[in-house]
Amino acid sequence: MTSELIIAIIVTVVGASTPILIAALGELVVEKSGVLNLGVEGMMLVGAITAFVVLFTTGNHYLAILCAAGAGVATSLIFGFLTLSLSANQTATGLALTIFGTGFSALAGQGYSARPVTLMGPLFPADLAAHPIWRVLFGYSALVYFSFAMVIGVWWFLKKTRAGLILRAVGENDLSAHSIGYSVVGVRYAAVAFGGAMAGIAGACFPLLLTPQWAERMTAGRGWIAVALVVFASWRPFRLLAGAYLFGLVMTMELYAKASGGPLSVIPAELWAAMPYLATVVVLVLISLRRDASSNAPACLGRPFLPTN
Amino acid sequence: MTLTRRSMLKAGVAAAALPLLGSKAFAQSEPLKVGFVLIGTVNDNGWNFGHSEGAKYMKAELGDLVAEPTIVENVPEGPDCERVLRELAQSGHKLIFATSFGYGDYVIKVAQQFPDVKFEHATGYQRSDNVATYNARFYEGRAVCGTVAGHMSKTGKAGYIGSFPIPEVVMGINAFVLAARKINPEFTITPVYISTWNDPAKEADAARAMIDQGIDIVAQHTDGPAALQVVEERGAVGGFGQGADMSAFAPNAQLTSIIDHWGPTYVESAQAVIDGTWASADRWPGLKEGEVQIGPYGPTVPEDVAAAAEAVKNGQIDGSLHIFTGPINDHTGVERVAAGVTLTDAELLSMDWYVEGVIPPA
Repeated sequence: MTSELIIAIIVTVVGASTPILIAALGELVVEKSGVLNLGVEGMMLVGAITAFVVLFTTGNHYLAILCAAGAGVATSLIFGFLTLSLSANQTATGLALTIFGTGFSALAGQGYSARPVTLMGPLFPADLAAHPIWRVLFGYSALVYFSFAMVIGVWWFLKKTRAGLILRAVGENDLSAHSIGYSVVGVRYAAVAFGGAMAGIAGACFPLLLTPQWAERMTAGRGWIAVALVVFASWRPFRLLAGAYLFGLVMTMELYAKASGGPLSVIPAELWAAMPYLATVVVLVLISLRRDASSNAPACLGRPFLPTN
Repeated sequence: MTLTRRSMLKAGVAAAALPLLGSKAFAQSEPLKVGFVLIGTVNDNGWNFGHSEGAKYMKAELGDLVAEPTIVENVPEGPDCERVLRELAQSGHKLIFATSFGYGDYVIKVAQQFPDVKFEHATGYQRSDNVATYNARFYEGRAVCGTVAGHMSKTGKAGYIGSFPIPEVVMGINAFVLAARKINPEFTITPVYISTWNDPAKEADAARAMIDQGIDIVAQHTDGPAALQVVEERGAVGGFGQGADMSAFAPNAQLTSIIDHWGPTYVESAQAVIDGTWASADRWPGLKEGEVQIGPYGPTVPEDVAAAAEAVKNGQIDGSLHIFTGPINDHTGVERVAAGVTLTDAELLSMDWYVEGVIPPA
């Protein structure tokens, strides 16, 4: 394998991993506050169509990302209102949100399907971004660097800030947090909105980063991978980074192995295709062996907050 | 709070049922009600778009004889399809087109329960008294594309993004490389199966994986323009529109396109049901009948290449050329079709081997 090919593979892996990473980081914060939002896939689709329409209308990629985040927040607040204000079941509401997002994006996308847009260009100047070697570090659009920054940002927020401590307290023991005066519902609203913004941006990655068009259901299940990754990473941002890239790597290598028609086929494509599932099994086994990892799940995850009971 | 889990569930179920209700036309019993079951959305610019255009064409041609066609989108190839078929049959549709290969078993099953409803299954092979099959000879179009590829490719390597290795797809790959090797005997093609009909990001990544490894022609059998867009972006030699003209997405990279024109087939079937002359059959029109059409050639295709492609097209229309005429070797070099012998339709429809020049999936 030449170094050129390795760099080309890395570039493709980064593209495939970024939307999963961004969506999963959002869901991680939501779950840390004790809320399980299964509507990531739906929010991503709403973000994707919003980004597409804004980009198609204005041609401005940054505005498209911003509007996708806003649309994600708006969609997540439907979930927030039902589960936090009305204490509806989070699992059912999350699933309904995915159905809603899928249908809404399809409806909003009517008439936008035969319209091409342009991909978001690299953040750095062409000297660096198109350099045969350095493009591996500098050849990406702002969304990719944003995803890395958010890994550090989420880790720092949860571990090092007072607000992060409060959010974790709300997720671990809502009644205690409530009894010392924190607004459990308020904190959770904020977390859900953050998750919505991140899912919206993750959706924007599809027309902006991967394939410059709108196609119904274009996220094709990656929102579910993001939800699974949070458990896979046992609610830790840096493991989430590793997990997202592991999934991105195996998804991409399957295709490179198949397209190589020989040289790369030392590992059969079927094995690459099976790898995410094998990796999941291995990680789950490791987690169950190390008891501390499984106890990292927020204690109040998925439980409605009903202080009057 | 009065919103209980039960009421949430009800709302969820109602929401889930909405898309089905929305697309149904509850018309009076007089005009023929025709249903179409699609694997994806009519907005895919490809396969499903082609079928919905065919449905529109049928309505336009037959006018008041048929009701507004019922198109059910996004029906997976699984038990859900059985439910959709049954609902269509129960709601008075007398002619139902199931337009994806994987619906086959469910069509047969539901058809047994509704003997007075006619079913037609696209790209299928199972028939019964009230189940017909129909297809288009896409391989004829792929032979035209392969001719262009054989002339244009610099590396002599093409990639082919397929969904699943079903005969329909294998046949297309074989026709493509047979035509290309008439121009360049060293030409090879690498199929990449992505196990889905609609995942644009994966199609795009498959195209990237090909171009990064020296492939300069990317053909696809999946439904959207994602792969073509990557070819355009990377400046590789080119690709082909599938199902419809996709030049809007790849003005330079689309060398030409295969356009599906199902309309006349749908008119014929609906008319036969109205006249009471419908009979189970297997129909397989192609370039000659206009069901398969070749779109305009791209700006990078030289005139002599376009002329060579047109010659292949016209040869198939007048019957002087059949791409599956021997001698044909399989990918291991063993002769499978003797010189002068042409594969029968039945052999084509069950094709499970690759011709020489295909680098088979590991």
